[in-house]
Amino acid sequence: MSLAVAVAAPPRRSIWRRGILSSRKGRIGFGILVGLLAVAVFAPLIAPHDPNAIDASRILAPPDLTHPFGSDALGRDVLSRVIYAYRVSLGVAVGSTLLAFLVGVPLGLYAGYHGGWVDTAIMRPIDMVLALPAMLLAVALIAVLGPGTNISAIAIAIIYMPILARVVRSSTLVVASQTYIEAARARGTSHRRIIASHVFPNAVGPAIVQATVLMGFALQIEAALSFLGLGAQPPTPSLGSMLADGRDVLTQAPWVEIFPGVAIAITVLAFNFFGDGLRLRLDPRGVAS
Amino acid sequence: MSAPAPLLALEHVHVGFATDEGVVSAVSDVSLAVNAGEIFGLVGESGCGKTTLAMAAMGLLPHSASVHGAVRFEGRDLVGLPEEDLRRLRGDRISMVFQDPMTSLDPAFPIGDQVAETIRAHRDVDKQQARARALELLAGVGIPEPERRYGDAPHRLSGGMRQRVVIATALANEPALLLADEPTTALDVTIQSQVLDLLRDLRARLRTTIVLITHDLGVIAQICDRVGVMYAGQLVEVAPVADIFRAPRHPYTQALLAALPSQQQEPGTLRVIPGRVPNLVTPPPGCRFAGRCPSVMDVCTTVPPLAHETDAHLIACWLSEATKRAGAPAGAAAGGAA
Amino acid sequence: MSGRALVSDAMAPAPVPGGEPLLRVEGLVKHFTTDRGLLGSGAVLHAVDGVDLEVRPGEVLAVVGESGSGKSTLARCILRLLDPTAGRIVFDGVDVTGLRGRQLAAFRQQVQPVFQDPFSSIDPRWRVGHSVAESLNAFRIGTKAERRERVLDLLDRVGLDPSLANRRPHELSGGQRQRVGIAAALAPAPKLIVADEPVSALDVSVQAQVLNLLADLRRDLGLAIVFVAHDLAVVEHISHRTAVMYLGRIVETGPTGAVFRDPKHPYTKALLEAIPHPDPEHEPAGGGLQGEIPSAIAPPSGCRFRTRCPVAIERCATEDPAMTSFGGAHDAACHVAAAELTAT
Repeated sequence: MSLAVAVAAPPRRSIWRRGILSSRKGRIGFGILVGLLAVAVFAPLIAPHDPNAIDASRILAPPDLTHPFGSDALGRDVLSRVIYAYRVSLGVAVGSTLLAFLVGVPLGLYAGYHGGWVDTAIMRPIDMVLALPAMLLAVALIAVLGPGTNISAIAIAIIYMPILARVVRSSTLVVASQTYIEAARARGTSHRRIIASHVFPNAVGPAIVQATVLMGFALQIEAALSFLGLGAQPPTPSLGSMLADGRDVLTQAPWVEIFPGVAIAITVLAFNFFGDGLRLRLDPRGVAS
Repeated sequence: MSAPAPLLALEHVHVGFATDEGVVSAVSDVSLAVNAGEIFGLVGESGCGKTTLAMAAMGLLPHSASVHGAVRFEGRDLVGLPEEDLRRLRGDRISMVFQDPMTSLDPAFPIGDQVAETIRAHRDVDKQQARARALELLAGVGIPEPERRYGDAPHRLSGGMRQRVVIATALANEPALLLADEPTTALDVTIQSQVLDLLRDLRARLRTTIVLITHDLGVIAQICDRVGVMYAGQLVEVAPVADIFRAPRHPYTQALLAALPSQQQEPGTLRVIPGRVPNLVTPPPGCRFAGRCPSVMDVCTTVPPLAHETDAHLIACWLSEATKRAGAPAGAAAGGAA
Repeated sequence: MSGRALVSDAMAPAPVPGGEPLLRVEGLVKHFTTDRGLLGSGAVLHAVDGVDLEVRPGEVLAVVGESGSGKSTLARCILRLLDPTAGRIVFDGVDVTGLRGRQLAAFRQQVQPVFQDPFSSIDPRWRVGHSVAESLNAFRIGTKAERRERVLDLLDRVGLDPSLANRRPHELSGGQRQRVGIAAALAPAPKLIVADEPVSALDVSVQAQVLNLLADLRRDLGLAIVFVAHDLAVVEHISHRTAVMYLGRIVETGPTGAVFRDPKHPYTKALLEAIPHPDPEHEPAGGGLQGEIPSAIAPPSGCRFRTRCPVAIERCATEDPAMTSFGGAHDAACHVAAAELTAT
């Protein structure tokens, strides 16, 4: 309690520099994600084989030097498929969460800042969406709109938008009660500018942390949808559909199932680690639950 | 001498906190004695270490804190005492009252039960007996209609009432020593005056020794018998309350009193203390007030020991003859070795 | 007599010779409704319930009271951060009670706040200079270069090193942050500062610095200040006039020396008695105020103070006392005191 006060003249090096990179977890997560991003972006350069090339001679071939992850039921190289599948999976995971963020954050900011009927008008419909089970909602949307990668992304975005809106609204309520907001109004700053330059920078931290964790979940949801045949459609490889394919041949050729599964797990872990590291920098007091 | 041993004696207490910026020396070589039955005030501005000192005495500091020196309570050294033994003392022989009554009381439980819980933690009594005693205590601290309010949750009470409940809990087992850390700071002035009266009354009735920690010199003047002044982790002066106000010896105490606003001064002419509190991660060697002291001398780079100016008035300042006698800087005996 | 030391009026800060009041508050009322859900209306909190006051140019008016007195709400109404439920606020001859848009902006330039908590009154993510310049940017005062100059000038004027403009608030101490707040308030060259407990969160030595600063600024810039506080020693030191609030009403008002030396209202007397004096010789006159401050949701009928008043009479329960003048612009709202006046 008297700890912070005891250091009377804080050193010049500010706490802002001790960011993501100061925690080992954060560094690891960040590193892995950067690596995976590179894999996704440079897939055509990295993948040793054409992911869709069917090779009858290599059906369910075990891993060897030319095919480190083995081959699947159609003789396709699992490693190349995993690499290309990352494009889809990361694309959907990041894209959907980003969309949810761009829509949800402004709504949460406005609701939290203005309060009263504005808050009610914005948050009631959002709360209703939040009340529906995520997977059911995704499946229902796809049933209406048809399967595919883009639809999966939109469905996930719709599911996530309320979550981010709520998180931002919570931290906005805290920020909006601070005296500097009153001071800003007295100094003539308009509500719009207050939200943009005072509330947003101080309230968005927990939402960013939440978004990184949600990206990890988004990956899993996409995988689940693809697993059910509702996400990426063949021949586009997706980690989820690879899991589905691998099920049938699990006892004979476990590598077809294992490698996509491990890929999912590592990515989700990386997102979580990164999120923890971000939390240190952006949300040290844990406003986000 | 034939004077009774002090109830609480701190001997060369040091407290350090490990932080990212380094080790913060929050308390540096504090020695003081509190006698049974007195109200001892510990005063200083924020960051001076007064709360840290009290928490150290109770063994309530986090693990990142290192405590050196001795804290003798009724003869026993509390530093390094196993947690089990400390728990037996807390709430029974030594109690603490904090500043914010809302966080000292569990918001989910009725106030009466919280008082009773303290009783049953240390006394072998059944529920009925504990409840009866709790009602007695609530009445004793001036809660009107204690029967009716026994089952109230803390949020139904005003700040002043809550603080009274906290005091009741603290005094439930008639402790020998009560540590009160800013007990009235969060209260309105008219309520503060009631709570201070209550503390005085309780001291008279129960002979409880009270250590009152505060930054408010007015409170000190109204209720304390003796006062210790702290600055940047060091104890700079100890004296009976009248002496502190009438004839403060330490330059910091003098400056503090001079900075109090009063009607006698033209606005704009309050005497300020130049400079700032030193960085406690890299504290200056010697007296920590030296950097802002109007009478600083070369020798002040050595830590001045706490010495008896008169029988009752102690001061840690090289300006004082007593200090000079007690510890010449060039390596003579005397306390104060850090 | 309240028992405090006699104050020589010659020592008190000389009030500026009167003229048109800069600020006039008439019958100000501010009620808050607490939600009770969809059915039934919520309880009404009578935060401010009929306040009249005046501030002259260059004058420091202190508003004192405890929690529930409504002083902070009053301050926010004057700043137009809250809309009054009823009543008028007249500033520089203009009724500003219902202003909006550009006219409200013009008013805002003239009346600026200083808040209590140095830790939450500046945006922790903004650089200090940016915070000081906020009003200049919002009101579009001067060119960019001129604003930069002014920020440095203001920081210097409040006793801070201008190079601090690039620092972030967490690098500054509480006292320094409070000065930044004052600099930000001075930026649009206001005529009136409304300070809500500006030194309560500061240590004594830092408080002294900030009080000196405020006194100097007032003198140099001719500022009027509404100084909301609970620390009567501070109030007595710096203000020309004092208004005492209790449960949404002003119970006594007058020149500070008169109010402190010769309080008329029982609450003022009790308040002065309750303040612990930094003087162990001072004997409190005993019999402190009993009871708790009543809730502002259901204030007592008649005189609101009667439930704790040592001299309440029957009339106090039925009739709300009006302000009686005791001469020399010293007024108080109390039946007993008024009776004593007519008796003499």
